[in-house]
Amino acid sequence: MPLVLNEEQSMLKDAAAGFLAEKAPVAALRALRDERNADGFSRDLWQEMAEMGWAGIAIPENYGGLDYGYVGLGLILEEMGRQLTVSPMQSSVLVGATLINLAGNDAQKQALLPAIAEGKLLVSLALQEGRHHRPAHTALTATANGDGFSLSGEKVMVLDAHVADKMIIAARTSGEAGDTAGVSLFLVDGDVQGLSCERVIMVDSRNAGKVTLNNVVVSKGDLIGELDGGMAVLEKALSIANIGLSAELLGLCLQSFETTIEYLKQRKQFEALIGSFQSLQHRAADMFAELELGKSMVLAALQAIDNDDDDLALMAAATKAKLCEIAENVTNETIQMHGGIGMTDEYDMGFYMKRARAAQQTFGDYSYQLDRFACLNGF
Amino acid sequence: MSNLDQFRTETRVWLEENCPESMRKPMADESDSVGGGRNPTFKHPDQKLWMDRMAAKGWTVPTWPTQYGGGGLDRDEAKILGEEMSRLQCRTPLQGMGISMLGPALLEYGSEEQKSQHMPKIASGAIWWCQGYSEPGAGSDLASLQTKAEDMGDHFLINGSKIWTSGADKADWIFCLVRTDNTGSKHHGISFLLFDMTTPGVTVKPILLISGRSPFCETFFDDVKVPKENLMGERDKGWTIAKYLLTHEREMISGLGRGSKKKFCESAVDAIGLENGRLADTVLRTDIAKLELNILAFSKTMERVGDETKSGKGLGAASAIFKYYGTELNKTRCELMMDIEGEQALGWEGDNYKDGLMSRTWLRSKGNSIEGGTTEVQLNIISKRVLGLK
Repeated sequence: MPLVLNEEQSMLKDAAAGFLAEKAPVAALRALRDERNADGFSRDLWQEMAEMGWAGIAIPENYGGLDYGYVGLGLILEEMGRQLTVSPMQSSVLVGATLINLAGNDAQKQALLPAIAEGKLLVSLALQEGRHHRPAHTALTATANGDGFSLSGEKVMVLDAHVADKMIIAARTSGEAGDTAGVSLFLVDGDVQGLSCERVIMVDSRNAGKVTLNNVVVSKGDLIGELDGGMAVLEKALSIANIGLSAELLGLCLQSFETTIEYLKQRKQFEALIGSFQSLQHRAADMFAELELGKSMVLAALQAIDNDDDDLALMAAATKAKLCEIAENVTNETIQMHGGIGMTDEYDMGFYMKRARAAQQTFGDYSYQLDRFACLNGF
Repeated sequence: MSNLDQFRTETRVWLEENCPESMRKPMADESDSVGGGRNPTFKHPDQKLWMDRMAAKGWTVPTWPTQYGGGGLDRDEAKILGEEMSRLQCRTPLQGMGISMLGPALLEYGSEEQKSQHMPKIASGAIWWCQGYSEPGAGSDLASLQTKAEDMGDHFLINGSKIWTSGADKADWIFCLVRTDNTGSKHHGISFLLFDMTTPGVTVKPILLISGRSPFCETFFDDVKVPKENLMGERDKGWTIAKYLLTHEREMISGLGRGSKKKFCESAVDAIGLENGRLADTVLRTDIAKLELNILAFSKTMERVGDETKSGKGLGAASAIFKYYGTELNKTRCELMMDIEGEQALGWEGDNYKDGLMSRTWLRSKGNSIEGGTTEVQLNIISKRVLGLK
């Protein structure tokens, strides 16, 4: 597949850009933050997006989706990154629906995927337990209880936790923390008995929550995928999730960079446009080069999902690592090159840096991904 | 079977039958490459055999038109030939400035006579070309060149000197930028001349580099007579051709950054070993991982730009980064190679150290970000032309 968007994909990207610039710009995020909105996102807007097919863009047609693939989903996420659009796209579509589609049985898919595609059901993955993303170190205990299990433990960084209708809980059904075998995935209701959820306001003004499970009873029927075999499917879903987040980071970085370049062409100091200073020019040129590499990696990785390539895991680790590196540099340089105004809350660029750090950490940051990339390369 | 599939099959069969066994392993160093010329040197007779067979098919220059000694292949066929050659690890049969630089410029700017005179001899390896661009006073600021060409009626009289002329001591002909007019802006008055290096008045002195090798020369012109018909393109407007060729050169140098041989990290595992599945030197491991990541991202970018061009989108702005990024990658690669190989990398002479191949390659790489437009010039070009910062 050539590394270039076809006409249909370009049209989707343009349409998403236009829609989001009008309906979900940074000002919308600012308003949600300032009013301490109870949901943390606009349900009306989410319905509109679902009606355009976005929530089901990568879901197969026989489960109510558009079956348009992950390149399409990635393009929308990239444009959402440009506008810092808040929606359950990441939690419920990129991760939730992907996991169910990869591992769920037909009945589960029938029950869940069409509802997700309609924007009526939010499903989130509860995975991380400590400060860092370490999926194999899942320790949340699953104690055998009759025909099923009883789950107890704590999860953090659960995206959209307090609004999730259902959660997929990664639990330890055998072995010990650190073993890749012995992790299982259970689907529970967001309001199931024994589950409590604390909304955590994060630096990026989005919804991530702390979820505590206290003897939550699940049956074998709640299992998504194989008992003890959750890691394999989790790894694939996380590869996809990290590529999607990379697409969002790419859009975020491009917007941040372009805004900075415009500023360099307007701001005068010492009777000169600051963009005429070579020290800034060369740093800008270097960012441009890195962003071009970022674009190539994101597109190649999105295509690797749709092609079901063997090197998907490697491409995902490489792409997320590269975009984490780029995002850290570009958002920092954005603040530095803007000077004092970049430090103010009134100016939008701070939001870009805040969202970047949160997206970087979600499902594995730069050092996690670079280490994974090296391991997958055999060193 | 589609035409392309058939072409692939036929190509594969032909290569298997015609590429000598010894030409199916990677070149150890620059001395394994074949440049042809009037007095060619072949380390092994198979090199000549391979060059001649490929030249007879026109595949030393696969995309050139057949009437000028080329293979007449379109982009897709050329890509297939390239893929089939890599599959067998066939060496490039012939390389040099004639193929990579002058040929494409002749096709674009040369007269019919010039194309017919020079291109077939480039394709067959009969003539070795060098490039006369930089001067002692005109490096990064190439357009300030001063080598003078006086109009003497039926010929130009050349006086001046060039520096950093690659392979001038072996070359048969030179394509050379000279000044035919001194009155306008510095970009005006430059002309593009082709002439024989055996013309009286041409002398060449190799320059010894920090690598202990002399890939470049100083070239002096004292009253060198060049016939008027050797002017390529329009008089005084040679800067257009020069710029065109610089783009070609930058693409060629940027190709250095692409990983062609075995993966870099495999050498590291051989030299340093693993501990619990990870490279034993954890600090070096991080640096190598960053490099491997950037090599991958850079090669995907070359691929993307190629695909965009092919799809009719034109050469995108991304191509401006190739020279800058590719050469910096290659320098990092060489630095890390020194770290990985340790004592083995420091050897300068002797069979155990391949006569200092590694250290000399490392030293030579330092020139990558200087020649063909320095890294700083490339960053100026990106910031001014692409980003519009002035």
